[in-house]
Order: sequence, then structure tokens, then C-alpha cells
Amino acid sequence: MKILIVEDELELQKSVQQFLQEEQYVVEVASDFFSASEKIDLYEYDCILLDISLPGGSGLDLLAEIQQKETHNVIIISAKDSIDDKIDGLNLGADDYLTKPFHLAELNARIKAVLRRKQLAGSQEVVLNNVKVDFDARTVYVAAEDLHLNRKEFDVFSFFVLNKNKLVTKTSLAEHVWGDDSDNADNLDFIYSQIKNIRKKLKDSQAQVEIQAVYGVGYKMIVK
Amino acid sequence: MRLLNLTMLYLSGALLLILSVWAIVFYIDMMDEVYDSLDDGLENHKMLIIHKAQEDQMIYQKSDFAESNYRLTPVEPSVAMSGLETYSDTSMYMVNEEDFEIVRMLTTYFQDNDGQYYKLQVISSMVEEDDLISSLLYSLISLFVVVLVSIFIINKLILSRVWRPFYQLKNELSRFKLGKNNSFNAPNTSVVEFKELNIAIDKLLKDNTEVYDKQKSFIENASHELQTPLAISRSKVEMLLPHFEENEKVLNQLSDVLDQLDRMKRLNKTLLLLTKIENRQFRDYEPIDFNSLWKDQIEAFKDLLLHKGIEVHLDEIGQLQGQFNPDLAAMLVSNLLRNAMVHNIKDGRIQVTIYDNRFAIANTGKTGALDSKHIFDRFYKDVENQQSTGLGLAIVKSIVDLEKGRVAYHFQEDMHIFEVIFSRLD
Repeated sequence: MKILIVEDELELQKSVQQFLQEEQYVVEVASDFFSASEKIDLYEYDCILLDISLPGGSGLDLLAEIQQKETHNVIIISAKDSIDDKIDGLNLGADDYLTKPFHLAELNARIKAVLRRKQLAGSQEVVLNNVKVDFDARTVYVAAEDLHLNRKEFDVFSFFVLNKNKLVTKTSLAEHVWGDDSDNADNLDFIYSQIKNIRKKLKDSQAQVEIQAVYGVGYKMIVK
Repeated sequence: MRLLNLTMLYLSGALLLILSVWAIVFYIDMMDEVYDSLDDGLENHKMLIIHKAQEDQMIYQKSDFAESNYRLTPVEPSVAMSGLETYSDTSMYMVNEEDFEIVRMLTTYFQDNDGQYYKLQVISSMVEEDDLISSLLYSLISLFVVVLVSIFIINKLILSRVWRPFYQLKNELSRFKLGKNNSFNAPNTSVVEFKELNIAIDKLLKDNTEVYDKQKSFIENASHELQTPLAISRSKVEMLLPHFEENEKVLNQLSDVLDQLDRMKRLNKTLLLLTKIENRQFRDYEPIDFNSLWKDQIEAFKDLLLHKGIEVHLDEIGQLQGQFNPDLAAMLVSNLLRNAMVHNIKDGRIQVTIYDNRFAIANTGKTGALDSKHIFDRFYKDVENQQSTGLGLAIVKSIVDLEKGRVAYHFQEDMHIFEVIFSRLD
């Protein structure tokens, strides 16, 4: 999988690049409008992370260029949190919109979601040992048996699935489940009780995945 | 006190003083003149009597005033020699008035041809002083009233004419609001003082607007510029996490750093949002049904509310509908609902009531009545909730202000009640 990061902040570019490389993606970077335009023109990418404000031009103009290509998966990453920008970006063909600063785990989940939607034409399932996650039906099966996760429990569990074997912090989880409204202790407390329920259900159905607590910091889903 | 009344007060005070002093001086002066002329008359009369006495012996018989106005009394030479010619006031019975009145009397002495000394007393009727004073007082009072009334009328005319630019300026200023997109138009005037006032105010407003705009864009820029370093710091720390999964101490420290970065991010975003609301960057209006909006938001918070054991009651007494920006409407409702939830107690209660022109949300809470003066201020927060930004209610207030509504807080029957009232929703 090949990903292009179009981002003029070099430090942010570097961290995202490093993170995605650890996720086994092939990563290329562009720091300004023209080099981005050139790369988009010359190569094919599975997913493009696009910053809107770039030296030399607007990322929204690049979007139009990307539309010419055969496969185009674009996630806009912008410091602008305005709803207008979001709508503009999505109308111009972007697949998702992420506001800076974002959690890397969230970025990972978004990239995977976009890739899954576009590439695995039709198949919206992820299988981890005896656990099957159907993203379309928002259902989790363990050995063909429905795990009966409620809405929020599914949100939590799918986030772990997309970030399997990785440490997921409590706050990134809360933000994924609640969006930006995750600014209070109640949310973390809520997440804790959700995870407790999921763990119990996983254990009862003898799933071959396990959610482990990592000290006070977060959780990690281990695929046995 | 109005300018007109104040001017009238000072003018009437000054007039009263001036007229009183003038009346006293006038009275003294006039009385002086009256005495002078009376005394001259008496002197003349005296001479006439003495001359006549040399020809007419009958005059010496006149020992009483009676019908005439003089009398002669024979005196010892020693008395006459030592007596002086004096003018004095004395009272005499007046037949016509049937009362004693003051008269002016000249007392003098003279010697007839036979060497006999006589005392001659000549009288003349006087102005009646008390009558004079009262008639003077009446005319003064009427003068005072006439002058005051004319000054009042003139003043009123002048004030409304001369001060017109001032009143226009006053209206223009009361219309002006800092930060709202309106311009200040100085009224036309040819009066130099008003011109200078206009210029001074115009400059003051321009300077203030500039400072205000600068401050606003500073907050916006600062918040905006902070997003990137925050994003970098957060991603760097997140990258570190997997390397310390075995080291609880470091991991916890890193997690604390992340929490603080998150808090900073939230503060930043909320400040940006506030600036945007105040800059009127939410411009699209749509018909909004607040009844269904409340139902949607309560549904969205359902899981959390359930988790905290909070019971929500929605009372729809009226239908609140109107033109509103959909994002702002959602923010308004969700901020109020979140506020009621976050500051609630376990197994608490939230009561939402919707009327035709307003809605109210009441919640149980840990504390008693809050400081209603500062509760909507930015960064006002209770000590307990360290994680809250203290900006939620500030957002509520700026949204409501933007829509010319009003938000009120009161504490009643152990419930914190926030009421949002819209004066008009088209």
C-alpha cells in the first residue's frame, strides 16, 4: 500500500511518515503544492493525506487534480476546523476530513476505513482468528456467533480492530467514540465500563483476541 | 437631570439673587430720593410760613395741625437757641385712613418781629413704606416669573436647535456597538465645539475598533497557529508510547503529557469557535425546530446519560421554531445539555422544558446557587472539574447574544436552571 503525505510542516510530516512506515505502508512525502502536484501526476497512490494550506497553492486545487486519477482516496488533514472547509473538501471528492491535531491511532483507523471501503470492493469484513468484524452490518461474530455489541461497544471494538496489537490511549478512544465532545471524565469512565462489557463478552465466547489494559494509560488488543 | 432643567435651575438661582440685591438697592435709592424731595418741599413750606408770619399775625394762632399742615408753639429763648432744625418720621392719625400713618415732619425754630421765639413744625404725608415694599415685591415676583418663562421658552428653542448635533451624536453613539459590523456617522454641524467632539469620538471609536479587531484576530491566529505545534507534539509523544510499554512510570508520564496536550487542543478549538461565532462566520440560516433538535441531542447523549444514571424529562409546552444557523443551534443545545450532565450528580435529574419562545434546562447538581454574574464568563469553572475548559457556557452566551436572545441562570428548588429566551425568531 502506497501513501502520499502532502504536508508542509516537516516535523508533523516526519512523525506521520514514521508511524505509517511502522504500519507497513510505503510512504512518500511532499511539502509544497508543486512537488505534490508533480507526484500526484506521475505516480499512483492508494491513499493521499492532504493538507489544505500549502506553500504555493491550496490543497483544494490539488483535489481537483486527484479526481483525474484512476484511484483516488484522499483524507484531508487541516488545521482549519470550519464546517465550510469540511463540506468543500468532501464535495470536491475527499473521502474523509481530519482536523489537526489528531491522534495517530485515529488517522490509522481512518486510513484503514477509506482503503477498506474503496479497495475491498464489497467485502467489509476483517477476520482476526475466530473473530469476524462486519463493518457494514456493524456486527462482530466469534466463531459465527453474534457477540451482540451495542452501538458504542462496536465503535470501541472496531477501533481496537483497526489498531490491533497497538497501544490505544484512553483519550484517543474517547475522542473516536464521542468526537470532540470527549472533554470530561464521564466519557473516560463510560469507555471503561464499555470495555469491561466487551472483555466479558469476548471471554464468555472464547474469542481469540483479548483487550489488555496498559497501566493507566490505555488498552491494547492482542490477537492471540 | 436634563440639560434644559439644569440650565433653568442655575439661571433661576442667579436671577433670584440678582433681582433681590437689585430690589434692595433700588428700594434704598428710591426712598433716599423720596426723602430728599419731601424734605425739600418741607423746607420750602417753612420759608413760606415764616415769610407769611411777618405779614399775617393770625398765623401765630395756629397751635395745632388740624386742617393745615403746620403748627407754631412759643418756646423759651434758651430752648430755641439750643434746638436744631431736624427732619423726622412720626405717626399721625389720618382721618381718611382712620388709622395712624407715618408722616415726615420738619421741626425748626424762629424769632418773630417782637423777639418771641417759636417752634415751627411742618408735616407732609409720606409714602406708605409697607405698601411700597409689598407692591415692589409683587412686581419683582412677576418680573422674575416673566423673565424665567421667557428664558425657559428661549432656552428650549435654542437647546433643541443648537444642541441638535449633540443629540444626534448621542443617538449615533448609543447605536454603536464595538465588534458589531457598524459604522459611526458623525452628524453634520457648523459648531466648532461639536465638530471637535465628533472628530475626537470618531478617532476614539476607530482606535478602539482597531484594537478590538486586532485582539480578535490575534486570538484567532494564535489558536490557529498553535494547532500545528500541538499536532506535532502529540504525534511525537504518541510515537514514543510503544517504546515504553514495559515501563509504567514513563508511560504514565507520557500519558499525562498527552492529556495536557489534549486539554490545550480543546481550549484552542473552543477559543477559535468563540471567535468565529463573534465574527458572525456562521451565516447560513435555516428553519430550525428546537423541539426535535432537543430530542436528537438527548438521544445522542443517551448512552452517557444512562451510564451516569441521569434521568431526562422533556416537556413540550410549546413549539419553538425559527430561522437559525443549524450548527449554532446544535452547539447551543448540546453545550447546555452537556453542562447539565457534567455538573450533575450520579442518579441525578435533568428537566428540559420547551415553550413557544424559549426553553429551559434544569439539572440537579453538587453545588448550591452559582454566581450568576460570572457563570457565563470565559474560563469560569468550578474547582472540582479540572478537565473542563470553562468555555461551554461562554459559547452558549455568545450564540444567544448573536441571535438577540437572552440566557438567564437561576437556582430554584435545588435545581440549576438555564433559560434561553428569544425575543424574535423569524
